[in-house]
Amino acid sequence: MTYFFQQSLNALQLGSIYALIALGYTMVYGILTMINFAHGDLFMVGAFFTFIAAVYLGLPFVPTLVVSMIVVGLLGVLIERVAYRPLRNAPRVSAVITALGVGLFLENFTLVFYPYPQHIPTLIQNTTWNIAGVSISSLQIIIILLSIGLMVMLDLIVRKTMVGMAMRAISWDKAIIPLMGVPLNLIVSATFALGTSLGAAAGTMYALAFPVIDPYMGIMIGWKAFISAVVGGIGNIRGAMIGGFILGTVEIMVAAFMPSTYRDFVAFALLLVLLIFRPYGILGKPRPQKV
Amino acid sequence: MKKGTLIFVVMIIASMLLAACGTSAEGDVIKVGVVAELTGDIPAVGASCKNAAELAVKEINDAGGLEVGGKTYKIELFIEDNAGKADQSASAASKLITQQNVVAIIGPNASRYAIPASEIAESSKVVLISPWSTNPKTTLKGDTTEPKQYVFRAAFIDPFQGRVVAKFALDNLNAKKAAVLYDVASDYNKGIAEFFKATFEENGGTVVAFETYTTGDKDFSAQLTKIKEAAPEVIFLPNYYSEVPLQIQQAHRLGITVPFLGSDSWGSSELITLCGAECEGYFFSTHYAADAATPVATKFIESYKTTYGNTPDDVAALTYDSFGLLWNALKAAGKVDRESVRAGMAMITNYEGVTGNMAFESGSGDPVKSAVILQVKGDKFVWFANAAP
Repeated sequence: MTYFFQQSLNALQLGSIYALIALGYTMVYGILTMINFAHGDLFMVGAFFTFIAAVYLGLPFVPTLVVSMIVVGLLGVLIERVAYRPLRNAPRVSAVITALGVGLFLENFTLVFYPYPQHIPTLIQNTTWNIAGVSISSLQIIIILLSIGLMVMLDLIVRKTMVGMAMRAISWDKAIIPLMGVPLNLIVSATFALGTSLGAAAGTMYALAFPVIDPYMGIMIGWKAFISAVVGGIGNIRGAMIGGFILGTVEIMVAAFMPSTYRDFVAFALLLVLLIFRPYGILGKPRPQKV
Repeated sequence: MKKGTLIFVVMIIASMLLAACGTSAEGDVIKVGVVAELTGDIPAVGASCKNAAELAVKEINDAGGLEVGGKTYKIELFIEDNAGKADQSASAASKLITQQNVVAIIGPNASRYAIPASEIAESSKVVLISPWSTNPKTTLKGDTTEPKQYVFRAAFIDPFQGRVVAKFALDNLNAKKAAVLYDVASDYNKGIAEFFKATFEENGGTVVAFETYTTGDKDFSAQLTKIKEAAPEVIFLPNYYSEVPLQIQQAHRLGITVPFLGSDSWGSSELITLCGAECEGYFFSTHYAADAATPVATKFIESYKTTYGNTPDDVAALTYDSFGLLWNALKAAGKVDRESVRAGMAMITNYEGVTGNMAFESGSGDPVKSAVILQVKGDKFVWFANAAP
């Protein structure tokens, strides 16, 4: 039983990271029906800004997190302005290819400065408690609580503020809503800023939990977060959160109770089965094709 | 396309063509190629390989050149990056063979890159010496036990290394129960993990957990929790230096206190930078110990230190030895062409290198040599024991 609780805690930590990144995919898709494949690499850039803030500026945890979120949030806005906006009315394939290109650019740009894996210093003094045989570290608690806090905050922004209302409206109809005086470009920028800064927060926490970072770290985890978003129902914010926790739990539990070599194979087979029964994801709704 | 852009593109293409023309050979040179992991997930390996290669070539050229068959040749070195990818290792090897026309290739180092590159070298009939690859498959044809004709290495092979580490765990650490966590997607890690398991169990130990992950994973919590539950007395991590620190840190966080044991993939000074104090006191097997060096090794270590400012790691030492083998083969053959290099390599039966004595049995590209066990102490790797072949 202790074993099960320990693994559940592991699943909760991994799941909250996946969920935070999945939010970025789902928000951009909800507004622009475009998949921002550079998001995993923005997560990586977030981890590197954590490194820069912690090592060169010597900042403690909270300012580091804020610096990383703000810088990467602005970077997300810039990427949207420079790379995606000119293609907004181009065929959707062009936008996807551009996003892949931006991702490759970010990886290789970081590679120029940091060809070696880098070590993140300890920002949070880590204490491990042993509660009835289950090891719980302060870092795990911070990651889980902070992720949930950020997700609740985002949910409130989307549901209770004017910006959030505008986002929901645009995701409903991108052509008509701007005619009613909603500034489309501003809202798209705000979406990118929010989505990528959450990705950066995930990057910071990931870098603290797994303190060796490299320019390629965003690729695999980006895919997994994207899959989480699809499982939860892409375009749906609460769905992305649920999808992240589901993928984290499935991955950890498969490795926990089966040979660990089966992990990805069984985990993704389960997700495929789920998509057969719920092709739009758990909370997703079919989008009617407008002719 | 706008006119300005067109002119720009034409200029770029023209400059590329001109640059390609500039590399034509002059005088008597021997062209040698290097394929190294300069970028990707283990760049420290590539950097050491490149440094040692440049040093080995510079020493020959500064001394006037290499005398082969009564004629003195300068050495020209071509270094290609494989970006830490198997397919690029193969294409880099082909490029060196077909475009640069090299007589031999040194590298790649990691087995998962050396194996595909060695296939290209074998089919093109060009000698390839991998400095650091320890997986048996590098020098074997396909899935057979028949040796490749053109592929050699400077390192010992994993059946031997697995045995050394397993014996060390049993005899020196008095462990009867071991756990293994390894990268199932990498030839090297998978090979040595299986050899370790086989020897450990043959000699009376039990492997209580045999867990895997795939390259690029950073969260090992599920596997480590499982290992903790199995209560081993030692944990073997035959993984690369960039991953081992994460595994050890996460294990410590889960409350695992048993010692860790590693293999030659630990041997980069980056390990200590990334691991901090958490790797203190752990042991790993490798090719040579910089602090217990022979006179041959001391000379190399000194000149490497003056050139690059740090102590050469095992990759650097093995790359240097690979070049030593190549110079000997060229001298023995007395001619500079690909077939002669192969004939020369086959003539070498014994070579005293930086990493100790290597004995080559006829028909095999694998040297018989000894290993050392090093311990992580402070910011250094310290010699602990020798293991004879």
